[in-house]
Parts: sequence; C-alpha cells; structure tokens
Amino acid sequence: MTSFLLSLTGGLLAALAAPWLTRRFPKRSGWLLALAPLGILVSLMNLLPALRNGESPSVSLAWAESLGLSATFQLDGLGALLAALVAGIGALVLIYGGAYLSGHPNLTRFYVVVLLFMTAMLGLAVSANALLLFIFWELTSITSFLLIGFEHERPAARAAAWQALLVTGGGGLALLAGFILLGNLTGSYEIPQWIAQKEVIAASPQSTAAFLLILAGAMTKSAQFPFHFWLPNAMEAPTPVSAYLHSATMVKAGVFLLARLLPALGGLPAWQGLIPWIGLATLLTGALLSLGQADLKKLLAYTTVASLGALVMLLGINTPLSVKAAMVFLPAHALYKGALFLVAGGVDHAVHTRDIRDLGGLGRAMPLTAAAAGLAALSMAGIPPFFGFIAKEVVYESALGAPALAAWVTALTILANIILAAAAGWVALAPFWEKARKDLHPHEGGAGLWLPPLILAALGLVSGLLPELAAKNWIAPAVSSVLGKPYEVKLSLWHGLNLPLLFSLITLLAAVLLYTLRVAARSADADAWQHLARFGPAAMYARGLKGLLSFAALQTRLLQSGYLRVYVLFITLFTVGMALPPALLSMRALPPAVWTGVRFYDVILVLIIVTAAFFVVRATSRLATIALLGAIGFSIAILFLLYSAPDLAMTQFAVETLTVILFVLVIYRLPKFSRLSSRPARLRDILIAGLGGLMMTLLMLVVSYHGQDSRLASFFMENSLPKAYGRNVVNVILVDFRGFDTLGEITVLAIAAVGVFALVRGAAKRKGERHE
Amino acid sequence: MTFLLALAAGALFAAGIYMILRRSLVKILVGLLLLGYAVNLLLFNSAVLVPGRPPLIPAGQTVPPEISADPLAQALILTAIVISFGVTAFVVVLIRQAYQVVGTDDLNEMRCTDIPCEDSELKDGKEGGA
Repeated sequence: MTSFLLSLTGGLLAALAAPWLTRRFPKRSGWLLALAPLGILVSLMNLLPALRNGESPSVSLAWAESLGLSATFQLDGLGALLAALVAGIGALVLIYGGAYLSGHPNLTRFYVVVLLFMTAMLGLAVSANALLLFIFWELTSITSFLLIGFEHERPAARAAAWQALLVTGGGGLALLAGFILLGNLTGSYEIPQWIAQKEVIAASPQSTAAFLLILAGAMTKSAQFPFHFWLPNAMEAPTPVSAYLHSATMVKAGVFLLARLLPALGGLPAWQGLIPWIGLATLLTGALLSLGQADLKKLLAYTTVASLGALVMLLGINTPLSVKAAMVFLPAHALYKGALFLVAGGVDHAVHTRDIRDLGGLGRAMPLTAAAAGLAALSMAGIPPFFGFIAKEVVYESALGAPALAAWVTALTILANIILAAAAGWVALAPFWEKARKDLHPHEGGAGLWLPPLILAALGLVSGLLPELAAKNWIAPAVSSVLGKPYEVKLSLWHGLNLPLLFSLITLLAAVLLYTLRVAARSADADAWQHLARFGPAAMYARGLKGLLSFAALQTRLLQSGYLRVYVLFITLFTVGMALPPALLSMRALPPAVWTGVRFYDVILVLIIVTAAFFVVRATSRLATIALLGAIGFSIAILFLLYSAPDLAMTQFAVETLTVILFVLVIYRLPKFSRLSSRPARLRDILIAGLGGLMMTLLMLVVSYHGQDSRLASFFMENSLPKAYGRNVVNVILVDFRGFDTLGEITVLAIAAVGVFALVRGAAKRKGERHE
Repeated sequence: MTFLLALAAGALFAAGIYMILRRSLVKILVGLLLLGYAVNLLLFNSAVLVPGRPPLIPAGQTVPPEISADPLAQALILTAIVISFGVTAFVVVLIRQAYQVVGTDDLNEMRCTDIPCEDSELKDGKEGGA
C-alpha cells in the first residue's frame, strides 16, 4: 500500500516535469507523461490479489494529532475500481490531449492541471478520512474549474467554469457541513469508524440532516437533477477534458461518495426513499434533453447526465443486486462514454465542426476513428457481446427489484435507455456513414487521436467477451466493499430467457425506430425544451446569481459609502443592538449600586468632565474647544492622582500640556468651525451617540460587578522586585514584563513623528515652490 | 465612585461619537480626543479603584502593600495615553495639511485624491460611491 501511495506522487512529479518535457519533446510529450498514470496503474494491479482476498490495505499518517486527526489512506475494491479508471483513462487522455492540443500555446497548462486533477482524484479514491476526502474533493472542483476555463479568452468558457465552480463548490460546502455533523455524532472522521457506528448514526435525529447535506454535495458533483445544468455547459472545456473529467471520472465522484457512505448511511429511511427518485429524475431529464441536441459534445453530455442518474438510482435502490449493477455500469459507462467523447473530439479536430446536422460521410476517411465510435456505440446501445449489454441487463434486473413502484422504475428506465441507445447511433453512426451534407474534407488524425478511443472501446468489447475476468478482479471487490461483506459476482452474456432480455430487445427495436425518426424527434424535442427552459433550474440559477449580485451591490452601496460617519454609524448601531439588550438584562440581576467612598471632590471632577463634554459638543469657537478639552484632560489626570495612579497622572499632565500647545500652534491654520449637517441629521446623531454612551456606561457597570480581581495583577506585584528589580510595578510592567509592547509603542510614535515631519516639510517645500 | 466614573465615561463616549459623526474634519479630531479620554476611563474603571495606594514597593519590602491599585490597568492606560497623543499629533498636522491643499474641511467635498480635482474625477467618485 505504501508503494502505491508513493506511486501517486508520480502524477505530481510528472506535473512538475511537464513544462520541460513539453519544450524538449513537443510531439511526444503526451506519450511520455502517460507513463506516470501507467506506473500508478501497474502499482495498483500489484495490489489486486490482496483486494480479491477481501483485504483493504491502509496507511495512516500523523496529520494533526492534537485534534485526533490522521491522514488515513485505505484501498478497497471500490477505491481500486475508481483509481483504475482514473489512472487508465488518464494515461489515454494525456496521449490524446498531446495530439489534440498539439501546438496550442497553453498545452503545458493542460498537462499540469490534468495531472493535478488525476492525483486529486486518486487521492479521493483512497481516502479513508472524511476530511481528507473533502480536501481531494475540493481539489477536483478547482482543477475542473481551471480546465473548463482552459480557453479563458472566450467569455462562454469563463462563464461555464464559474458556474461549475459555484455549483460544485456550493455542494462541497454542504458536504463539509454533513461530514462535520457525522464527525460530531461519532467522534471520528474516519469513514470505517462511521460504518462501525452505523447504529449510533441511525439512532440520532441529526443523521437525516447530515445525510441531506452529504447528498447535496454528491448531487452537485454528479450533476443530479436539479443541479444537472452545469455539466452540459462544462463542455466549453477542450474535448479531452470533457472525456476525462466530465464523463469518465470527476462526475463519478458523487456516485463514488454515495457508494463509499452506503454502508454507514444506507440504513436511513431517507436513503431508499429519496435517492432512487433523484436518480430516476436525472436519468429521464438527461435522456429527454439529449434528444434535442445537435452538438455532438452536448448530446454526449446529456447522455452522461442520464447515466449518472442511473448510477445514483441504482445505489439508492440499495439491494445487493443494484449495488452490483452500479459497479458494473460505472466502468462500462466510463469506457464507452470516454471513447465517444474522444471520438467527438477527433471529429471536431478533423473537420472543425461538431454539429450533427452538418456531419456525414467521415467513415471512409477516418476508418479507425469510425471503428472506435462503432465499438463504443454498440456498448452504449447495450448490444451483445459488449460490456454495456451486461451492464444494461443487470440494471434492468435491479430496477425490477426496486423496493417501491418497481414497475414504474423499470418502465421509465427502459424509456430512458431507448433514447440513450438511439443517441449512441446519432453520435457514432450518423457522422460516419450518413451521406455528407457538406464538403468537409475529413482526414484521419495521428495515432494519438484514434488510438486512445479505440483502446477504450476495445476494452468494452473484451470485458464483454470475458466478463468473468472483469467480475473477479474489479467488480466483485468493489461490490464487496460497498456491501461490507464478501459478495460473489457472476457475470455472463447469456442469462437465459428472462424479463431483462425481453426488455433489452424492446429497447433495441424502439431505439432503431427512434434513430430512423431522428431528424423530426430532434427538432420537436429542441422546441419543447426551448419553451420549458424559462422554468428550468438553469434559469433559476441565473436568476439566483443575479439576485445575489444585486443584493451584494445594494449592501455595498449601503455599507461601503466611503464616508467615515456612515461606517461609525453602522458600527455603533450594530454594537448597541448587540450589547445593549444583554447589558440591560444583566443589570437587573445585579445588586443595587453601593455609594461608598465618594468624596466631594470626586463629584466635582466628574461634574467638570460631564459639563465640559456637553459644552465641547456645542462649542463654535476653536479656543473654547481647546479650553474645554484641556479641562477634561486635567480633570482626568487629577482623578488618576486621587486613585493611586501617579504615573498616569504625570503622563496625562504632560500630554495634556503638549496637546494644548500643539493646538495653540496650529489653531489658526485650522478651518473655522462651521455647522454643516442639517438639523435632522444632528438629531439622529445625538440619538445614536446617546445610545452609544448609555451602552458604554452600562457595560462598565456590569463589568465592575464581575471579576475585578485580576490574577495578572498579583503576578506582577509578586515578581516585580525579585525578577525585574524594580519597585514601581507599573514601570516594571512597561519596560520589562511587557517590554516588547512598549517597543511597539515607541515604533508607532516614531512613525507618527516621521509622518508629521514629512507633512510639515512637504508643505514648506510646496510653499517655497509657489513663491518661486 | 465606580458608578460616577462610568457616568463620566459614558458622557465622554456619547460626546465623542457625536463629534466623530460630523462632517467637519476638525470636529472629528475633537471626537477622536474625547473617545481617547473615554477609553482611558473605561480601562481605569475596569480595575478596583483604590484611593491613595499606588502599586509601589516600599523600601525593605519585596511586594507592594496588601491593598494597592492594579498595576496592569495603569500600564495599559499609560500606553493608551501616549499612543493617542501620537495619533492626535499626526491627525492635527494631517488636517492642517489637507485643509491647506484642498481648501475645505467638509468631508463631503473631499472626493478625489488629485489636486486640482477634475470634474471627470468627481463624476467617477460619485459612480464609485453609488
């Protein structure tokens, strides 16, 4: 396991080497970089025997031990299945991307981000700690954002990248909240711990909230209805990215998460009650929306949405059979859909259009691409002996075994599959074997463009012909780890004459019919959706975003006016609002004020302060203001003197004198007092200031009743002489115990002095210039 | 006495907040000074008020007398007094300077950083604020 984890760093090293490799071997860089994922795949294969035996090797690294956190990596069958897809398809996508983006100025960036994404995705597959998983989860969102916006000069790409990030990022926040709820509930962030404590989770009322939050994360990531709209828009990314992230791997992360947590949360009533319907809704939405698409990639994107819906539905049904079906369908879909995306990219690369209405007659010029397309489409359409056929059979079988409304689930699944099978024909047959409507001058690209899709499509055929091999090595360990117990998986092409086979036949026949009617179906479907689009979630998203932005603009206008008084106003009002009610409440609980130790000169001093404060506000003469301020300052100094603070009193006297001198020096260069505010504004300010003053008085009284005995004071008193050799404790604190504080203070004064000097000198200089 | 001091500090806070809400720069300076006084009183009042027993260690002793004023609050206030003097000095010069350059002390008139203030900038300032 450790060696496998180390091999994961290969992706990061390759990302580091990518810039150099791209410069040194501009034509072969993709092939060379593909060695990194291939190495990871080999290292994963080494662990297969252990996984087959039901072992799940793990490594735990110290992370933040004081918080009880450790970075636990664990490889089980489920993680291995995902990791194999990520690494295997990753290698092919690097090769393909090198050819597809050959000569692109930002090819290096493509390599680096794809490799980073791959590493994050592999990390996700092997995380056994929920917080670790979350970090990798977010990293895949961020790399996805960077890759969708790869051609960032185009506004559409930027908008799509932003949308994907906002939707998946929002889901990520919900996911984190759900994880934290579960973490608090079980006292651990280790997923195996959650599984072990599933009874604790099931018994808690919080678990439903946690489940819903986690589900929201999975739904946004895996483009489930009503969050499906970001995925088709993400097709702004270069095609290799669409094939890799937005079809084969990243969008499977939500499905993976559900499978990962199924042993812990699968027992909740909401699991079976909610998830199948979300999946089914997504399956239907994706299938029906795909009908009207003319763009190859968008069409594929909607079929991907549909397939993701099917996967989620299967996990939601949560029977051993449906889990098996999900684990069969997941790799089958990754293989054929990845291949079809790469084919679409190849077509785009060759003839610079992806519009189905224009494409045709490419088969003769691009035989290898056409072969890859054909193989993949046969698997997608579910025709024996392809792997897709086996997958569809088990999907039908599980739909029949659904816990509720099995007939409806099955019927709707068949309907969706008919459309998907027809869509396979539109993507893989029509562009190659229809008569060309335009002179397209097609040509086959280099090996980098046709080999990767051909390999993927061929794998779909091989695993269909040798289903036992796939079942034993990949599917069975994955199903066992989701179910939490050893589960034997038998896969075969021939199941005997049964209902699923009949459904398969119906699907095929109907699909052929739909294929022949495709032109009419497409325009009818496109029209229908055009009318509905206004009410769709994409429109809601746009409205929501607009609302959010205008709210932000409004509150910025309100709060960030640029006027000091508005800021002070809001700060004061907010503080008063927060502090005044509790202060008033706690006043009632306090004992009545004790009027002891008040001497007549105390009262006189306080009277002077209050009166001066009142008159200074009303003063219109600058000289009077200085005099009143001086009266306040000197009164406070005398108070300090009376109440045992001679140092303070001396400092205050000195500073007060200096301030008065300063004012007298500059007073006649200062503007005269003028009354600028209107009367209502003044009244409003008086009210606010009064509230602020009242709040401070109350707070001080509340504080004075609580905890005036400071432990710090006794520390300083006791240690002043023995440790710091000073008899004036206040001075010792300033220059010794808190010497650095004083150093900071001196620095502030020095900066202020420099500032004053610069301002005065600058003024003098300007004056001099003016005189010249 | 705690009560009286709280009252005085409250009055100073109220006056300070009122003055800092003004449009005139000089009044804001006065507000700043008043708030400085108020905060010092607040800090002073947060410790027990002890008349006539400063925290000094008499000759021949190792600790101050049993009952003496809290030295920590005093140390904090000492810092505050000096810092607010620094701020005051800087602000006074800054205001004087700004007034001489801009020719107004009304905050509403101070809308741009460049002198002379161009009309276009004025418009920009309004848009930025809006």
